[in-house]
Amino acid sequence: MIWLTWRQLRVQASAVLGLLAVLDVVLAVTGPGIADDYARGIAACHGDACDIFARRFADDHRALFIGTGVAVLFVPAIVGLFWGAPLITRELEAGTHRLVWNQTVTRTRWLAVKLAVTGAAAIVAALVASLAVTWWAHPLDAASARQVPRLTPIVFDARGIVPLGHAAFAFVLGVAVGTLVRRTLPAMAVTLAVFAAVQVAVPMLVRPHLIAPVTTTTAITARNMESLMMDGDKGAVHVRVKAPEDGSWTLANDTLDARGRVVSSLAMDLDSGPCAPPPPGDAAIDGGPSQACFDAMAALGYRQRVVYQPADRFWPLQWMETGMYAVLALVLSGLCFWTVRRRVT
Amino acid sequence: MTAAVEARGLGRRYGRRWALRDCDLDVPAGRVVGLVGPNGAGKSTLLNLASGMIEPSAGELRVLGGRPGQSRGQLAKIGFVAQDTPTYAGLSVADHLRLGARLNPGWDAELARARVERLGLDPDRRAGKLSGGQRAQLALTLGIAKRPELLLLDEPVAALDPLARREFLQSLLEDVAEQGLSVVLSSHLVSDVERTCDYLIVLVDSRVRAAGDVDDLLTGHARLTGPRRDPADLPPGQHVVSAAHGERQSTMIVRCDGPVLDPAWTVGDVSLEDVVLAYMSAPPDAAPRRPALEVRK
Repeated sequence: MIWLTWRQLRVQASAVLGLLAVLDVVLAVTGPGIADDYARGIAACHGDACDIFARRFADDHRALFIGTGVAVLFVPAIVGLFWGAPLITRELEAGTHRLVWNQTVTRTRWLAVKLAVTGAAAIVAALVASLAVTWWAHPLDAASARQVPRLTPIVFDARGIVPLGHAAFAFVLGVAVGTLVRRTLPAMAVTLAVFAAVQVAVPMLVRPHLIAPVTTTTAITARNMESLMMDGDKGAVHVRVKAPEDGSWTLANDTLDARGRVVSSLAMDLDSGPCAPPPPGDAAIDGGPSQACFDAMAALGYRQRVVYQPADRFWPLQWMETGMYAVLALVLSGLCFWTVRRRVT
Repeated sequence: MTAAVEARGLGRRYGRRWALRDCDLDVPAGRVVGLVGPNGAGKSTLLNLASGMIEPSAGELRVLGGRPGQSRGQLAKIGFVAQDTPTYAGLSVADHLRLGARLNPGWDAELARARVERLGLDPDRRAGKLSGGQRAQLALTLGIAKRPELLLLDEPVAALDPLARREFLQSLLEDVAEQGLSVVLSSHLVSDVERTCDYLIVLVDSRVRAAGDVDDLLTGHARLTGPRRDPADLPPGQHVVSAAHGERQSTMIVRCDGPVLDPAWTVGDVSLEDVVLAYMSAPPDAAPRRPALEVRK
């Protein structure tokens, strides 16, 4: 049974693993150079210059940073679409299930071996991609820890061990959809739609709450302010402050008034008064609003509430999300066994 | 006589449509049994139920004394060549034999190898590149080399040309003779089963209309032609299966227990096809609950 499973998988497996090998070669060739450049730059800078260097370094490698992340994100989707969905529909469409299910192998065992072998291959594919990219992107993750911490969605999805959970889930999802839809192309379409929906919903709705996030309420100061903006159309004024720790994933950034209620707009004028920008030519323009502006905010009782996941929760969140997807994959496997034994004929 | 397949009130429903309903049937063991009937009679459903591919919605079914289904013991006893003789298009002939060897503890590798050689199948050729006849032969090889006690074949030659048909059935007979296994072969063509089978079951609309030895079916029926008369006037021991009346003349296919003595009739021989068609075309309401004919030894 293992032989047959591998015999049927080897073409698709070779295609995916071949592409991953190309990716790994590219990463292996470029990785050490990027790491050296970063180490040298960080060693040579002092104070604020380091921030500027890191920002520029991240900007210089933006395309590769995004490209490699997308490559890791694609692995689970490809595995679900091309390994999972056709696993059973292909047999049903060719009628070969009537050949193989009449050998001296029960359907349960047949499916168990298929799921185990192909699922293991799917997890290995995700592992190969994620490990390589996580290693390769290490200096870039460090350089962009301020702007794009690795806890932010998409980066988080393309690092560490969650891609393994995604791959296992996508694969079994494809199989399960296949046993219900029974035709390859519709099964692939449904698998893609469901997987994409889950991949969007989890970072928005589930991941922030896997561990209760930290909430802090602080005064708005020159040190922690990230931005002070006026919404062009409505004239609404918004403030954002930085999370207390670098590398945090900010979930909410709200201004509270003196009574502790969230305000939709600060009652401040940015065109005149203490928060108005200095006249053109004034050197202070790079330094942000004047101290008088912050004093005015404090006088009105404005404070900022930040809800965030701290950077050191990266691995706990990785393990929890991977475990969650593993459980989902197991539940879907159970569905596959039920449908193959009872419903598919 | 032990039964290879025994069905009592067997039914299988797809949604609200019954593909097989309230079917009673006995298939004797140790015979090559032809299962004939029009399309939609339930032949395929019956064989799929017997192989364990699908489960009954109603009634009882025993195959070789056991309940067909998902136990290895039962799977090992039954070989099933499904309709359209499916094979893996991307796998070679040798791969298929390897598949058979890996998935069947009772696999007879020597038999499979010899059979493939005798048929002139190139072991390296992919099944997708074989002709329809060769593919059917490959599927049959898998079914036979598994060394089952009962081999079920669901319209195995339906898609083949006449020459491939004959070769397939011929090779099937050779292997059956060597191994002494029970066979049930379904077809909607009488000519297929006439050459191959020694026992016949006529299935129409889930009902067994006739079942018996091919020889007995032939000797036990006669075609009577004579002046027009009411079929009810026939003496006891003669039962009309089908009748056609002209203005002055009647032609009937009659099941008769003894010789026909009435000099008014011209008695003619019947072919197997005549008998089968007579039973198939008999009006469904007239069909008795028990088979119209059952010839037992």
